[in-house]
Amino acid sequence: MSAGEAVPRLTARQVTRRRRRESARRTWNEFRSHRSGVVGLGILVVFVLVALGAPLLADATGLKVTAATGGVLEAPSAEYWLGTDDNGRSVLTLLIWGARVSLFVGLLATAISMVIGTLVGVASGHFRGWPSSVLFRLTEWFLVIPFLPLAIVMASVLGASLINIVLVIGVTSWPGTALLIRAQTLSIEERPFLERARALGAGHWHQMSRHVLPNVMPMVFANTTLTVAIAILTETTLSFLGLGDPLRVSWGSMLDDAFGAGAITTGAWWFIIPPGICVILVVLSFTLIGRALEEIFNPRLRRGILDETSKPRRRERS
Amino acid sequence: MNGPLLEARELQVRFHAGRGKRPVRAVDGVDLAVGRGEIVALVGESGCGKTTLARTLLGLERPQDGTVLFDGAPLGYGSGDLKRYRRRAQLILQDPTGALNPRQTVYESVAEGLRIHRAVARKQREGIETSEVDLVSAALAKAGLRPPEGFFMTYPHELSGGQRQRVVIAGALALEPELLVADEPVSSLDASIRGEILALLLRLRDELGLTVLVVTHDLGLAWNIADRIAVMYLGRIVEVGSTEQVLQAPEHPYTQALLSVVPEVEEIEPVVLAGEPPDPSRIPDGCRFHPRCQALAGGAAEAAGVADRCISDPLPVIAAHGGHRAACWLAEARSPSSP
Ligand SMILES: Nc1ncnc2c1ncn2[C@@H]1O[C@H](COP(=O)(O)OP(=O)(O)OP(=O)(O)O)[C@@H](O)[C@H]1O
Ligand SMILES: [Mg+2]
Repeated sequence: MSAGEAVPRLTARQVTRRRRRESARRTWNEFRSHRSGVVGLGILVVFVLVALGAPLLADATGLKVTAATGGVLEAPSAEYWLGTDDNGRSVLTLLIWGARVSLFVGLLATAISMVIGTLVGVASGHFRGWPSSVLFRLTEWFLVIPFLPLAIVMASVLGASLINIVLVIGVTSWPGTALLIRAQTLSIEERPFLERARALGAGHWHQMSRHVLPNVMPMVFANTTLTVAIAILTETTLSFLGLGDPLRVSWGSMLDDAFGAGAITTGAWWFIIPPGICVILVVLSFTLIGRALEEIFNPRLRRGILDETSKPRRRERS
Repeated sequence: MNGPLLEARELQVRFHAGRGKRPVRAVDGVDLAVGRGEIVALVGESGCGKTTLARTLLGLERPQDGTVLFDGAPLGYGSGDLKRYRRRAQLILQDPTGALNPRQTVYESVAEGLRIHRAVARKQREGIETSEVDLVSAALAKAGLRPPEGFFMTYPHELSGGQRQRVVIAGALALEPELLVADEPVSSLDASIRGEILALLLRLRDELGLTVLVVTHDLGLAWNIADRIAVMYLGRIVEVGSTEQVLQAPEHPYTQALLSVVPEVEEIEPVVLAGEPPDPSRIPDGCRFHPRCQALAGGAAEAAGVADRCISDPLPVIAAHGGHRAACWLAEARSPSSP
C-alpha cells in the first residue's frame, strides 16, 4: 500500500480544508440573511477600526491634562467637534482612545469568562458524583452573589489597573456561561456517540475534548458576544464608580469625569452623551450579532446533534 | 485455550431509582458463556435487561455481584485493565446515526480507537510496517465500504443508515477485537438493509474468527444468524441452547410465547401473554414468569403437579455450560433426565 498511502493523506487534508471553508461560507451566507446581525457587525467593525486606528485619528498628546489646548467644558465647535472636557481636552480624542480601552477590556474579560465558564460547564456536565456537584455548587454560588458588589469588592481589593479590571470582570461573569454549557453538555452526554467513545476506550479528557467540546462550541460562540456586552457595561460601571484605571481613559471614566465635573447640571451634554451612545452602540452591536449567531447555530445543533431518529428530548436552556 | 471466550457468573446489576423506591434489578443472576468464534443471540422483550447485561459484559457497567470472565480471567475495573480489555472487546450500538459524532468525518470516527490506543505505534514496535491510513482503509474495507478512500471525508449525515452502521462496525474492527457485542445492530435500519448487515457479521465471524454476542428482541434474526440462543426474561436467562433446540423445541413457556408471535412460524397458535409487562423493581416470587405464564394459567402446570412450585419456589440460575436448559418447573417435571 506504499504507493496509495501518500495520495489519500494529502487529499484528505486538502478536502478537510475545503470542507471547513465551505461550512464557514455557509455560516456567513446564513448570517448575512439576518439583517440585524449584519447591522451589528457593521457598527462593531466601525468601532474596531476606530480603536485600531486611534493613533492616526487623534494625537495621543491630546489625552494629557497638562497638554490640554482647549477651555473648560467648551461646547462643540469647528476645532473641537464634540467640545472639550473639564480639563480642556477634546472629547472626540478621549472618545477615540476610550474605544481602545473599552473594547480591550470587553474582549479580554470575555475570553477569561468564556474559558472558565466552558471548562466548568463541560466538567460539571460530564463528570458524575461529587466533582460535578462541587462545580455546580460553585457555579450557583457565584451566580447568587450579586455580581456588581462582588466586582466592586474585588476591584477595590486588587487595586485599580486595567489588567485587574479585566480579571475582576472575567472572574465574576462566567457562571451564566457555565450553566448554559452544563445544560448543553448534559444533553450531549446522553448521545450514543459518547457511549461509543467509552466503549472504544476513550478517557474523560478525550470524551470532553473530542466529543463534548466541539458540539458545545457553537453555543459558546453565540454566548461570547452576549458576554462581551456585559463586560463592556461592567467596565463602564466600575470606571464610573471610580474603580477604573486612573491612568487610562475609557468611556466609563469619561462618564465618571463628566459626572464629577457636574456636566449634568451645567448642561455640558457633549461630555456625557457621546460616551454614553458609544457604550450603547457597542453593547447593541454585540447583542445583535449574538442573537443572530444563536439563531444560526441553534437549528444546526438540532439538526446535527439531536437527530430526528432519537427520542424527542426537551432541550434545557438556562 | 479451550474455555469460552466470554463468561458471566452469577451477574447482578441493580440500579437505585431514587429515595424510597425499590432498586431496579436489571440483571438478576445471569450465567452465560460465549465460545470462541461463536455467535450467540441474547433475546428478550424490551426492558428485560439485555442492554444492561451487554454493557456489563463489556465493563461499561460494574456489576454489584458476580464476575465477568474474558479469556478465563476476571475482568479488572482499573482504568488500565479496562483500556486493555477495550482492544479485545468492542461494542456496536443500536442507532448508528446517534453513535457517530456528527462533527467527525468517517475517517476520524474510524481512526478514533486507533488513536486512543496508539495502535499504529504499537504495531510499528512489533515490526509491522503500517500507517493510520492503511489501518483505517483496511477496517472500512472489512466492513464492506469500498473503496475506503471514497468515504474518508464524508460526514455521517451524507451516508445511508446501513453505511453508517458499517462505519461503526469499521471503527470497532480497526482495533482488531476478538469479541463484538452488538446491541440491536439492525433494529433501527431499513428492513432491506438488515440482511446485509447480518451477512456482514456472519462473514466477519468466518473470515476473522470473531466471537459475536448479538442482542435482539427479534427471534427471526436470531434464527438467521446465531449458533446459540439465550432467552432473557426479567433480568435472568430463562432458556439457553443451540438455535435449533431453542427455536424448534422450546421448553420454556416464555420462549414458546415469543416464538408463537413470530410471523414466519405458522404452526403454533399465537399466545398473548397475560398480565402486566414485567417491572424489574418487583420481581415475583417463585418462577419470575408465573404471573404471565400461559402454561400455569392454562392448567398444564397444575396437571403436571408443579403449580405450587411455580408460584413459590425460586428457580436456580441455569448453568452456562451444557446443552439445552430451561428455568421452568414444568419443563423440569417433563424431562426426568435433567437434574
Ligand atoms: N442507568 C440506569 N438507571 C436506572 N435504571 C436503568 C438504567 N439502565 C437501565 N435501567 C433499567 O433497567 C431495566 C433494563 O433495562 P435495559 O436497557 O437493560 O433493557 P433492554 O432489555 O435493553 O430493553 P430494550 O429492548 O428496550 O433496549 C429497565 O427497567 C431500565 O429502566
Ligand atoms: Mg436495549
